[in-house]
Amino acid sequence: MTNSFRWKSAVSAVVCAVVLLCAPLFLSRFYIYFLALILVTGLLATSLNLVLGFGGMYQFHHAVFYGIGAYTLALMLTKTDLPRFLGFVAAPVVGALLAVIIGVICVRLSKLYFGMLQLSLGSLVWALVFRWYSFTGGDDGIHGVPMPEAISSITGSYYFTVIVSGVCLYLMFRVVNSPFGRIFQAIRDNPERSEGIGINVKYHQLVGQALAGFFAGVAGSLFVAVEGSVFPDLLFWTLSLEILIMCLLGGWYTFLGPMLGAAIIVTLRTVVGVYTEYWTMVLAIILMLLIFFLPEGVLGYVQKVLRTEGAGTLREDKQC
Amino acid sequence: MLSVQAVRKSFDRFMAVQEADLEVAKGQVVAVIGPNGAGKSTLFKLITGHLKPDGGKIFFDGEDIAGLPPHTICRKGISLSFQIVNLFNRLSVFDNVQVAVLSRLRETFRLMAPARNFAVKETMEILDAVGLSQVANRTSGALSHGEQKVLEIAIALGNAPKLLILDEPTAGMSPEETCATIGLINRLTSELGITILLCEHDMELVFSVAHKIMVMQQGISIAQGTPEEVRLNKRVQEAYLGS
Repeated sequence: MTNSFRWKSAVSAVVCAVVLLCAPLFLSRFYIYFLALILVTGLLATSLNLVLGFGGMYQFHHAVFYGIGAYTLALMLTKTDLPRFLGFVAAPVVGALLAVIIGVICVRLSKLYFGMLQLSLGSLVWALVFRWYSFTGGDDGIHGVPMPEAISSITGSYYFTVIVSGVCLYLMFRVVNSPFGRIFQAIRDNPERSEGIGINVKYHQLVGQALAGFFAGVAGSLFVAVEGSVFPDLLFWTLSLEILIMCLLGGWYTFLGPMLGAAIIVTLRTVVGVYTEYWTMVLAIILMLLIFFLPEGVLGYVQKVLRTEGAGTLREDKQC
Repeated sequence: MLSVQAVRKSFDRFMAVQEADLEVAKGQVVAVIGPNGAGKSTLFKLITGHLKPDGGKIFFDGEDIAGLPPHTICRKGISLSFQIVNLFNRLSVFDNVQVAVLSRLRETFRLMAPARNFAVKETMEILDAVGLSQVANRTSGALSHGEQKVLEIAIALGNAPKLLILDEPTAGMSPEETCATIGLINRLTSELGITILLCEHDMELVFSVAHKIMVMQQGISIAQGTPEEVRLNKRVQEAYLGS
């Protein structure tokens, strides 16, 4: 049964990849850009869920690592003559480093306190970026970041985004299903017991933080590739809240939930945003409905339904 | 093997453990008994490092382990099975035991290899031994209380402990489950040579499995000896057995 499930997921992954790669052949420029935006945001949300849904850490300010990744790339491309690919390497590395620095300070606290301290430290980084005009461009940000030629067109940056986010999703999937992923989920369920079976909880949490920061940094660099600019909003706490909602909406105990949540919210923002400035009101209503009716998120709900159906057939089998 | 000497612990001026002494020799089953609130669970958590003692010494294999963090003490070979069921609720029964085995094998930092290929044999052996292999794929939170208590012990076994501490292993179990657990405890000592330290309210169980009994009252160990000695001890009779 698990084997056929593995086959099915492998086949659907390949189908998705083919559809995404063929999309530029029949979609207009706007939709291509739109798809790229969903992928970048989804990658960011998935990286958050690595520590949120699988690690049980209340990472309230995850966007910082995304923004720092984006700024690292933009600054390296505009202010230095280093080879451009180095910027794409530096973005995730700096994201991971910052995650470790903030993590070292925060992991000694638990749950809510962890989240609150992280929120304040993240906001500190935001304030720095927001104010430091001579270096980061302050609230103007940096516009017209020169991209390498291959990914400077919309289709070029789109293909780049599909491939990089595909690879990152695959890597994160491997991590979630690795021995480390198991241990991480055990820590989420019960940190006290995890200590009791010989696991150094704080150390594992720190490694998880670094991984999440790394992939957020990748997402940040992809954003620059798609958008060609950076601005302080990328590391403002409202974005962190938004991706948190994406995880909850899609299903934070599922791997693909955050990607689904990102697709739903980015679409809503674009569609509803056409009619009203107050689209966050719609978001608030969705959030309330979600808490009441789908506490495990959309994908979590679907999985639950499938599981109970599966259990039903299993019982019938036994009776026969 | 384990030697607890004059260990103390207080919470907000309440002396949970005032002066506890305990000697556990290798291969023995040692039971700690005493009324509710006597400090038995606190004593166990002091040994495993989940609580830090205010004073006193705890030697394990000749090394002072008092005050070390729980994961370090676990690595030295002491596992605790908790009184109140304390599992990894969203993980399957198999995963619950597997994480303990992974921790013992020090494979916890493998990031890319699939976990389904690791520690499968060891994990299944433990599940077979405790009789949970039938429900290996169930979510642990969905098990019955008795099964969860057994899974508690199975997780502790995943660390292949030299000393296994069981905090009221049969609390809340049905008579059949209690009987099976007694059988399990006997097999663990006789077949695997694991030293067991347990506390229990079920006197029948205590006197049937224990080689040695320590009696605690209001945080003080008042007697230590063979079941027969303890049964005949005057102080124990006054304090606990009530006759």
